[in-house]
Amino acid sequence: MKKIVYTFLCMLTGLSVLQAQQTPAAKQTKSILITNATAHIGDGKVIENSFIGFKDGKLTLVVDATISRIDMTQFDEVIEASGKHVYPGFIVVNSTLGLVEIDAVKASDDEREIGQMNPNIRSLIAYNTESKVIETMRPNGVLAGQIVPQGGTIAGTSSVVQFDAWNWEDAAIKTDDAIHINWPNSLSRGRWWMGEPNTIKKNEKYAENIETLKTYFAEAKAYNQGKGSERNLPLEAMKGVFDSSQKLFIHADGQREIVDAITFAEAMGIKDIIIVGGAEATPVANFLVEHNVPVVVTRPHSLPSMEDIDVKGPYKLAADLHAKGVKVTIDPAGDMERMSSRNLPFYAGTAAVYGIDKEEAISLITKNPAEILGIDDIMGTLESGKDATLFISEGDALDMRTNIISKAFIQGRDISLETHQTELYHRYNEKINGQP
Amino acid sequence: MKKLLLCLAVVASQWLSAQDYFPKNDGVKTPENAITAFTNAKIYVTPTEIIENGTLLIQKGKVIGVGSLTIPKNAITVDLNGKYIYPSFIEVFSEFGVEKPKSAARGRTSQYDATREGFYWNDHIRPDQKTIDVFSFNDKDAEELIKYGFGVVNTHLNDGIIQGTSVLVALNTKQDNNYRILDQNASQFLSFSKSSQSNQNYPTSLMGAMALIRQFYYDADWYAKGNAETKDLAIEAQLANKTLPQFFDAKSRKNSVRADKIANEFGINYILKGGGDEYARIDEVIAANAKYVIPLDFPDAYDVTDPYMASKVALSDMLYWNQAPTNAKVLAENGVTFALTSSENKKLKDFQENLLKAIEYGLDETKALEALTTIPASLLGKTDIGTLKKGSYANFLITSGPVFDKETTLYENWVQGNRNLLENMHTQDIRGTYAVKVDGEMYTMDIKGKIEKPSIEFKQDSTKINSKINYDNGWVHIFYSPVSESETTEFVRLSSLVNGNDFKGSGTLTNGKEISWTARKTEDFEAKEKKDKEEKTPEVLPVSFPNMAYGFAEMPKQQTILFKNATVWTNEADGVLEETDVLVKDGKIAQIGKNLSAKGATVVDATGKHLTSGIIDEHSHIGTDAVNEAGQNSSAEVTIEDVVDPADINLYRNLSGGVTTIQILHGSANPIGGRSALIKLKWGGSADDMLIDNAPKFIKFALGENVKQSNWGGGRFPQSRMGVEQVFIDYFQRAKEYNEAWNTYNGLSKREKAKTNAPRYDIELETISEIINQERFITCHSYVQSEINMLMKVAEQFNFNINTFTHILEGYKVADKMKEHGVGGSTFSDWWAYKFEVNDAIPYNAAIMHDAGITVAINSDDAEMSRRLNQEAAKTVKYGGMTEEEAWKMVTLNPAKLLHLDDTIGSIKTGKDADLVLWSDNPLSIYAIAEKTMIEGVVYYDYEQMKAKKVETAVTKNKLVNMMIDAKNSGMKTQAPKAKEKELMHCDTL
Repeated sequence: MKKIVYTFLCMLTGLSVLQAQQTPAAKQTKSILITNATAHIGDGKVIENSFIGFKDGKLTLVVDATISRIDMTQFDEVIEASGKHVYPGFIVVNSTLGLVEIDAVKASDDEREIGQMNPNIRSLIAYNTESKVIETMRPNGVLAGQIVPQGGTIAGTSSVVQFDAWNWEDAAIKTDDAIHINWPNSLSRGRWWMGEPNTIKKNEKYAENIETLKTYFAEAKAYNQGKGSERNLPLEAMKGVFDSSQKLFIHADGQREIVDAITFAEAMGIKDIIIVGGAEATPVANFLVEHNVPVVVTRPHSLPSMEDIDVKGPYKLAADLHAKGVKVTIDPAGDMERMSSRNLPFYAGTAAVYGIDKEEAISLITKNPAEILGIDDIMGTLESGKDATLFISEGDALDMRTNIISKAFIQGRDISLETHQTELYHRYNEKINGQP
Repeated sequence: MKKLLLCLAVVASQWLSAQDYFPKNDGVKTPENAITAFTNAKIYVTPTEIIENGTLLIQKGKVIGVGSLTIPKNAITVDLNGKYIYPSFIEVFSEFGVEKPKSAARGRTSQYDATREGFYWNDHIRPDQKTIDVFSFNDKDAEELIKYGFGVVNTHLNDGIIQGTSVLVALNTKQDNNYRILDQNASQFLSFSKSSQSNQNYPTSLMGAMALIRQFYYDADWYAKGNAETKDLAIEAQLANKTLPQFFDAKSRKNSVRADKIANEFGINYILKGGGDEYARIDEVIAANAKYVIPLDFPDAYDVTDPYMASKVALSDMLYWNQAPTNAKVLAENGVTFALTSSENKKLKDFQENLLKAIEYGLDETKALEALTTIPASLLGKTDIGTLKKGSYANFLITSGPVFDKETTLYENWVQGNRNLLENMHTQDIRGTYAVKVDGEMYTMDIKGKIEKPSIEFKQDSTKINSKINYDNGWVHIFYSPVSESETTEFVRLSSLVNGNDFKGSGTLTNGKEISWTARKTEDFEAKEKKDKEEKTPEVLPVSFPNMAYGFAEMPKQQTILFKNATVWTNEADGVLEETDVLVKDGKIAQIGKNLSAKGATVVDATGKHLTSGIIDEHSHIGTDAVNEAGQNSSAEVTIEDVVDPADINLYRNLSGGVTTIQILHGSANPIGGRSALIKLKWGGSADDMLIDNAPKFIKFALGENVKQSNWGGGRFPQSRMGVEQVFIDYFQRAKEYNEAWNTYNGLSKREKAKTNAPRYDIELETISEIINQERFITCHSYVQSEINMLMKVAEQFNFNINTFTHILEGYKVADKMKEHGVGGSTFSDWWAYKFEVNDAIPYNAAIMHDAGITVAINSDDAEMSRRLNQEAAKTVKYGGMTEEEAWKMVTLNPAKLLHLDDTIGSIKTGKDADLVLWSDNPLSIYAIAEKTMIEGVVYYDYEQMKAKKVETAVTKNKLVNMMIDAKNSGMKTQAPKAKEKELMHCDTL
């Protein structure tokens, strides 16, 4: 019976795959000028009335239209956008997009490997560009992301991709950008199945777990310095974090864990350290600033971890850290994180209510993640020379009501804003309500 | 101690005697008719009837007289000059002499049917269980109980929901069960926990256990009237046990209230075993008007010396540590009748310590004594235990002083006239100050503490010396390190027989030299330390509502409030009114207009702000202790109303997002789920306060992957959508026939009724009948179009309508059919892809359904999302282009309509409930903050107040941390810090 159900599911899945994703846009051959839009640069600045031009996939012009004169005939196409808003493409850090299609269907799940130390596990090759979830990012302005393997102590190696591609090679913006560690927790949950109370208490093995990591890193460092030893794939995969060609993302929430993790990584001679999670980062913000460590804050639309904690705690975290001088971005981690990633702009909008300026809230998902991922030479702000990865919104893109996107470009390519969902919408709205 | 046990054993064998009519082959008949007279004692006949200098006469294990009596000539007299006699204690909630039954072996698949034959259909109903059948008197445990003053225990096999009868037994170690069993069916015990002797699945939840008990009572009643055609041994046992005292092991205050609710429905008086936290909502406890059994298991202080770990302990847990010792005091002062039980203490020593602690925290000593003697006796309906009145069992204690005094020694505990010697009451008091001379050196020695177990302080001049005393069988042995050798481990050893006031004996110096020594008493002992302690009453922090972070010190009150100059979202024909005033009076919206004024009203300047009606969440699982009763494919008999948890922090968090009303739904584990609870978020109130009075009746149904157990194991019918349809048709058909059977029966004349068997009352079918009779509405968890269509067709077969499809993610595909059927939709704004069946879920769903003329709501099904449903509503503007007014109605007026509550809530209209939210901005904006959330004119949430409470919490926690460090430093036990975690519930939480 099980087998039959399984086959049945496979058949259905197979069918649905037939309705593939939107066709990736062709290379942009024209030069394009967007006129009179409010340009949100991404670095906190805003140009109320702008000219934004791009050619060969790169921005060539971002200026104030009220004080600049340009020759429009130089552009093959002019998009009149007065009253509209232009933003650099939003970037989602610490994402699993493309690694799982449907949560409950195990066959569609490629987000984690077995074992504890998996630095050699690479997300990029499993990244499914045909995912119907990914295409729903684009109509909300989320145009690129870091795809991160999950699980274990060393989860694996991430890559940064853009969200309109034929295959993972096409998609890659920065291949193997970082190694991800899930830092041991100083707290542990009672093993209820062993009759222990299901509460959270001190993890007696915390120090031991850190020692295990130290040993592993020391081995990896030694391995990558030496020559001629038998090839060891996981240790070899760690090379980049020691020679600074890769960053080290450490997933840690508690203030003790954050300080321990940074101290550990610095002792290992690692330069580019990023904390992911950071639920309790506020009390150690000064430490983070001193050590120049940015934080990827977990989805602000999360519940406080304890009943005593500030009711607005998770809403405020990004703003609180920003105020103390920490470089912050926001991730979508949590339940339904892939399909919820399209809410990234609204997570940033929520932060803007609790002590961060609206333009700076935009930086949280543009300039800051670009810098954190090391792709700020091509993304993150509307600046000449960077990729023309941007979108036009009818209004404030951080607010649900006005995040209505009419055009989006990735590397200058005019990408489709249709999705499996919009197709169903059009079909059934016509059938039910007679509206095309 | 060992010696004492040996002594007891010897005595026991000597005294053991058999019943009068038993054959005797070990000698001649030796009748025991001796009278013992205890004279010159302070006798507590009862806690309130006290005889100074009285005499107690006992014979054949009973009291034959008490008072100022002439002592019969043939009596043995025991002179108790200055000592106290008390009735010995009764433990009503004991498992003495009963071993835990063997657990049933776990099978691979869920077991749906009962294992036992001839009994009730559910194995967890075991009124036929008799503790006497498994009882085996345990000498060792008895001696331990005796040591702590107990004489009688009511012991039971603590297993199952209805557990059967207990045994009342005297802790008589000298005689056999013929003597000590006082009642082999003393009482019946119940609990909400299943029997370990069966793996029968049902019930999987607290609400299922409650429904099961109710159904069983109905069935027992029906059976008693001779309606059943088969035999049921469990029901017959229940009918026999009905008149016994019924002890209900509720384990917590919350569950006590729940058990009491069942008791009231069936006219039963449960004696409720509480949780020790009754003080936190004492009014609710008083209102229950029930009798209680209260445990004394106080939590240890948390070890908060590591500030990081300390920060993880919740305020509520810290408060519990601080306040729990006041529980008995608060109950006593509020006139609640309760017995005390040691059943939750790991050791009896802990019970004793905590009892003294409770007294230190203000529990009246007379009440404490009653709670251990007369009250347990009366709970058991016995008059011959717990007192020393004539005719009572001779179960009593002889003590050196008041029984709850720390310095008091329990000398003897007599059970059924048999003596248990615990301490020698003739021990000479050697306490006092002495001048000691040893080998030419002079010392001072203070002997203090308990008479039998004194301690010493040895000094030379003013220097304290390491020393110990051992006082045993009339001899003292003293060890000390001479001051010059305080670093060494060598001791001077001294011994002396106690005879008179001074000591004179022999000893050995550190160098082995034999010497003689003397000690001369210079001062008598004075118990002065005691007085110092009495003055220091422990600081107890006040209880808040609920008793946790963000609780109210005092419940907020209904106010007359005038909101001035707000942008008012009426949800009525008036639409959104600019610069408008709204007056709230007596919990209602009194007036809407411009330039209003009202005498005595609190004026809130709402210029630039938005005022809306409160958000209503049609689909929530917060504020409940259970979500699914997954034990059967239909659980219409259960109701979430039974298990509302008013102290869930998520209720407060919802208020912070402008939510005022929620429907707490049963989950989606089975096609026919349970009944809903409709509550208003009256934070700080009780579950009863929150439940909406006379609310429309709802039940949760479910379709799809969850009910066919697609994503976890399971072998229950149905396993496909095809089976789901059949479950519905089957139950509706059965309910229809059930209904008809009752209609026929009710239509009979009195005479005909007498001759006819009545149909069996079935809670489940009653509920489903209500659906067919259109007295109860279905809200059905649904995803794909086929099943949505199916359920509408099934309903049409039985001539009723589905009220709401919830989730309804493919509603957009059959919106025309839904419109025709007349069903509403309550959906997610943008969730999808988490299961196979939501692959075609689209965020435009709400808009398409709305445009098709369906009443559409946006719901949460999620504790996180529910506190920002305003944002979720706003997404319908983005996805599908709803107008802002229509979008807003999706979380206010529309859910009110779906819940049939739109006559009182859902819009701002004169006469409706003042359930209002004041927003800092357009409520649909991502930038909006709920500044005030009001229900019926009471402000339950205020943004500024919340921030202040957060600071207060930090201050209170800091205070408690300091108190805990102090407790640790003073040598009290501590426990490792732990963080509480509230399980977040969703539809599929099992």
